[in-house]
Amino acid sequence: MSTEEPSLQRRASRKSVAFTDEKLVVDADGSVTMVASPNDDTKETAMSHTPPPVAAPAEDADGLDLRLMKKKKKAKVGTAEGDDEAATPVAGEEGIDLLLKKKKKKVPKDNDDFARKLEKLNIEGKAGEEAAPESEEQEGDWEKGTGIFKHDETSTINYSPLLSRFFALLSQKNPDHASTGTRSYKIPPPQCLREGNKKTIFANLAEICKRMKRADEHVTAYLFAELGTSGSVDGSRRLVIKGRFQQKQIENVLRTYIIEYVTCKTCRSPNTELSKGENRLYFITCNSCGSRRSVQAIKTGFSAQVGKRRKNKA
Amino acid sequence: MSTEIENLKTYDPFAEADEDSGKTKQTQEYIHIRIQQRNGRKTLTTVQGIPSKFDHKKILKVVKKEFACNGTIISDTEMGEVIQLQGDQRTKIKEFLTDKENGLGLDDKTIKVHGF
Repeated sequence: MSTEEPSLQRRASRKSVAFTDEKLVVDADGSVTMVASPNDDTKETAMSHTPPPVAAPAEDADGLDLRLMKKKKKAKVGTAEGDDEAATPVAGEEGIDLLLKKKKKKVPKDNDDFARKLEKLNIEGKAGEEAAPESEEQEGDWEKGTGIFKHDETSTINYSPLLSRFFALLSQKNPDHASTGTRSYKIPPPQCLREGNKKTIFANLAEICKRMKRADEHVTAYLFAELGTSGSVDGSRRLVIKGRFQQKQIENVLRTYIIEYVTCKTCRSPNTELSKGENRLYFITCNSCGSRRSVQAIKTGFSAQVGKRRKNKA
Repeated sequence: MSTEIENLKTYDPFAEADEDSGKTKQTQEYIHIRIQQRNGRKTLTTVQGIPSKFDHKKILKVVKKEFACNGTIISDTEMGEVIQLQGDQRTKIKEFLTDKENGLGLDDKTIKVHGF
């Protein structure tokens, strides 16, 4: 599963149904921290935290340089519209290229600004380099017991190295922690097409169901109950839903479905099975922690009469 | 995720299970707020399961005025009385139901909002 995960993630990109609901905030947090932990595995510990500040200004400076170049070019080409002078410099500095066309007269001042900024950045960069050795007071390899992690060292250790040490140790002692659970659950985004004016086709239902390991019928029943409509499955296993629905709306419903019927409430793993237990109750059995809980059957509630009454009678 | 702590549950685990004691907990009635699509951009909101201690007619009257929408009470054979409002009033009605001062002051957990 973990091997196919990256590709799926990429395909799903940002539209994928990742868990960001309240209920699973902890989950998201967990995943963040878990993502952070492998970095610590590379035995850099706190060292890894220091270089970025130095590197970042350099990058920024590059970016500014490029922008500066662009600005000069565009300023030459650009038409004279001095009306927005007051507004443009601020926006321009933040790199909104669309606005750059408008400025011509501002170029000298901008150059000054950028020059100043560059200077500042250079100074900052130097300062950062100078500051780096200072912060190395808090450096030290906890594995070898050097620096602040020395046995007889009495100075207090900062929070972040302690934290990174904790996570490094955690991932070292429990290597399967990082691989199971905690990673946010991704499914491919639902593909919605409009059929005619009044119907929506949910094209990749089968794929999503397969990914969630749920029966198509169960998912469709839930969808219909939640959306308050009806529909059918067409020849190529696509779901035809009556009514207009956008992808986002379907996604929301799927999200609630996953929370209710897929994730294990105990360990939040999506690796679960839905089975019909005794006396018509549905049970979810978690494959990773072994917990078992009953879930409510899908019920369609009251549905108001929509459309013509005459049709209903006939 | 159940927020209750296992030890603090009020019922006696050794009590006889034949009274469907598990079910009495289930019958903690949910209020369902649903949405239904009508033609075009139009929608209906249905509120099902408001406890009978409240006067549905009065609720409807207040709600109609507050949300500036029309609505009716439909007495369904299975679902009891259902308040039906025009338009997507789901968030508004939920706020109204949970509002303690000028609403019903119901518990947030008893309300289920359905739909997209």
